[in-house]
Amino acid sequence: MAATTIVTTAVSQIPAPTRVSDRVEASRSGIWVGIFAIIMSFAALTSALLVRQGSGEWSHIVIPSILYANTATLLLSSFTMEMSRRALARSGGVSGWIGITLLLGLSFVAGQYLAWRHLAAQGLYLATNPNSSFLYVFTGMHALHLLGGIAVLVYLLGRVIGGHTSLRHHLLDNTAVYWHFMGGLWLYLLFVISTRL
Amino acid sequence: MEQTLPQPAHVHAPPEGFLWKYVFSLDHKVIGKQYYGLALIAVFTGMILSWLMRFHLVWPNAKIVGLDLISKTGAPGGVITPEYYLSLLTMHGTLMVFFVLTNAPFAGFGNYFLPIQIGAEDMAFPRFNMMSFWTTAAAFLVLVMAFFIPDGPPISGWTAYAPLSAVGKDAGPGLGWGQNLWAISIGLFCIGQLLGSLNFIATTLDLRTKGMTLMRMPICTWAWFITSCIGLLAFAVLLPACLLLILDRMAGTSFFIPSGLVISDRLQNHAGGSPLLWQHLFWFFGHPEVYIAILPAMGIVSHVLVTSMRKPLLSAKVIIYSMISIGFLSYMVWGHHMFVSGMNPFSSLLFSFPTLTITIPATILTLIWLGSLYGANIRITAASLFALGFVSMFVSGGVSGFFLAQPSIDIYLHATYFVVGHFHMVMGVAAIFGILSGTYFWFPKMTGRMMNETLGKLHFWFTFIGTYCIFMPFHYLGLVGNVRRYASFIDDFMPALMPVHRFVTIAALITGAAQFIFLYNLIHSRFYGKPAPENPWDGTSLEWSIPSPPPWNNFGGKHPVVYHDAHQYGVKGEKGDFIMQDSPEIITG
Repeated sequence: MAATTIVTTAVSQIPAPTRVSDRVEASRSGIWVGIFAIIMSFAALTSALLVRQGSGEWSHIVIPSILYANTATLLLSSFTMEMSRRALARSGGVSGWIGITLLLGLSFVAGQYLAWRHLAAQGLYLATNPNSSFLYVFTGMHALHLLGGIAVLVYLLGRVIGGHTSLRHHLLDNTAVYWHFMGGLWLYLLFVISTRL
Repeated sequence: MEQTLPQPAHVHAPPEGFLWKYVFSLDHKVIGKQYYGLALIAVFTGMILSWLMRFHLVWPNAKIVGLDLISKTGAPGGVITPEYYLSLLTMHGTLMVFFVLTNAPFAGFGNYFLPIQIGAEDMAFPRFNMMSFWTTAAAFLVLVMAFFIPDGPPISGWTAYAPLSAVGKDAGPGLGWGQNLWAISIGLFCIGQLLGSLNFIATTLDLRTKGMTLMRMPICTWAWFITSCIGLLAFAVLLPACLLLILDRMAGTSFFIPSGLVISDRLQNHAGGSPLLWQHLFWFFGHPEVYIAILPAMGIVSHVLVTSMRKPLLSAKVIIYSMISIGFLSYMVWGHHMFVSGMNPFSSLLFSFPTLTITIPATILTLIWLGSLYGANIRITAASLFALGFVSMFVSGGVSGFFLAQPSIDIYLHATYFVVGHFHMVMGVAAIFGILSGTYFWFPKMTGRMMNETLGKLHFWFTFIGTYCIFMPFHYLGLVGNVRRYASFIDDFMPALMPVHRFVTIAALITGAAQFIFLYNLIHSRFYGKPAPENPWDGTSLEWSIPSPPPWNNFGGKHPVVYHDAHQYGVKGEKGDFIMQDSPEIITG
């Protein structure tokens, strides 16, 4: 059988890629791939919301105003997250900024909890009506994902305080990407739950 | 030719102790075998369930000894009730689609061979990998638990159509905790697969060794990569769908339950949900899932065929592009499962076009396999026989897809045995043939021992002829109007079909029994098989450049350098008519 016509490759002529087994790159890809999956999940939930709104029996709820304060908290935490990255670059004050970001993140989750309490006080529970169901599902799912980011921040803070000088840049970078995404996702969700689409 | 790296070439230390070596191992090879083992348990369980169903269809009043021990209410005195028949088919479908067709060809072989084929020492995230398997194993246990609770397994089928799946135990046996377990199990399964897909994608993108360009990856590596991209999107949609189902069932929400639903004389306390929404979300996952099952099998079969034919495929590139377009199109066709669901007929038309379009890349793939086989002096082994069997099944099962893709014909054929025959051949059995082909092909690499070829060929002929005997008649039954999921056939025209059903049942019993030849071969060869050389099939890809079985760090702490694509067959090489990917020798023709 005739051979293929592939041009021969001598040792010195190995084409790209030349990067070998790059685990830092892999973790960066990993975080983006993960974000893509999360986007897909929320897109599915949004489509469910659209179908539900379209099928009638939809009583629109005015969202608790504390959600706007929470939004500001989360956006501020994105800023402090960036500051911690800068601090790592000039190697000083990292723990402070990570700590502040962590506190802001936790107060966001606490704020969400207050919002749920506020809804419950109005007699709006998960199963009360379609709108309240989606409100709880969207905010709950988002908070759950944010808690993942918070867990990593706790780990990072522990490493910095524990005097580990080998804080890996890419771990903080990836956490920052995820954290900003959580902020962006929240803005989107806020729009979706506050507006009748 | 290998290159020592300046950086530490492995991410985790060699494991010590039984628990870390074989149970919570971070090694992709152990995890791959664990997935395969889980699939093996699931496939035999699923097969026995199908036996019970076939048996009941033909001998409805016969007692099955011991079955009443598993379910007193489902099989009082060993006789299967109609409801229990539905439970059996639900569990059969769920086990087969999720825990066999997804686990073995994708997660099992993919985990084992993807890192080796791209020259990496492990997956990108070994811990995620381990978690991914154990989440899947937990999902399996949760699902199987449904057999042993008083409520029994759910009766809503593997697609768990709402509102039946959402309303709770008023609607029938198994719809209480049985269905809860189902939903939790599938939710867990989604998490496992998402972690796995993420790992596959990052590994393929970033851990390729020097010289391993994307186009130099073996076709099966490509298939796993494309499958992981599909899986990432598909399971990311099924997961929230399961969450909403669980909320409907356990928290009283009404995502999928419509208003005014009366079940067992009780008005359900739900309002305004959309049962169709579940179908949309489910099939948005469900159709890509079909390709999650079949694409890895296509990759494995291409890999086995090219090695057996001893010449390159007509075009590896076109195979890869076809698989990519199948992956892309798989997201536009979910509505073809819903032609009779009450969806707008214009939507049906819209879904019909991409469904017919997807047959184009599928046909191209088939033509490339057949065209490459033309004039090839193929080495007949158990692996290559199953690969050829795959092509046969894929064509025979695929042809009926042309009929079903058209809404006007589907209205008649929907929910008949025609559909059951179609998907069992094109997706179920074809993918199983891919798994078996891969097993006979890679067993020497995975265990260091050869499988018995004679038993393998015997297994092939029983399985090949047997599956045609089982599933071809299904098409005729469907054309006559025999609906699926009925536990017994009492309508006027159906008793006349009983001889066909009897034939199918006998064929299923024999074909199923033949699988024990395989099981025996697998276990016996594992311990007593002939020792396998490094490269028993004269393959070119990287897995054949390392010892059988590979050491824990695959390439001994080094990274191979790749000079060629994976299809250098029919050439004059140092070792024979092939040139290994990591061999710097020059191709002379």
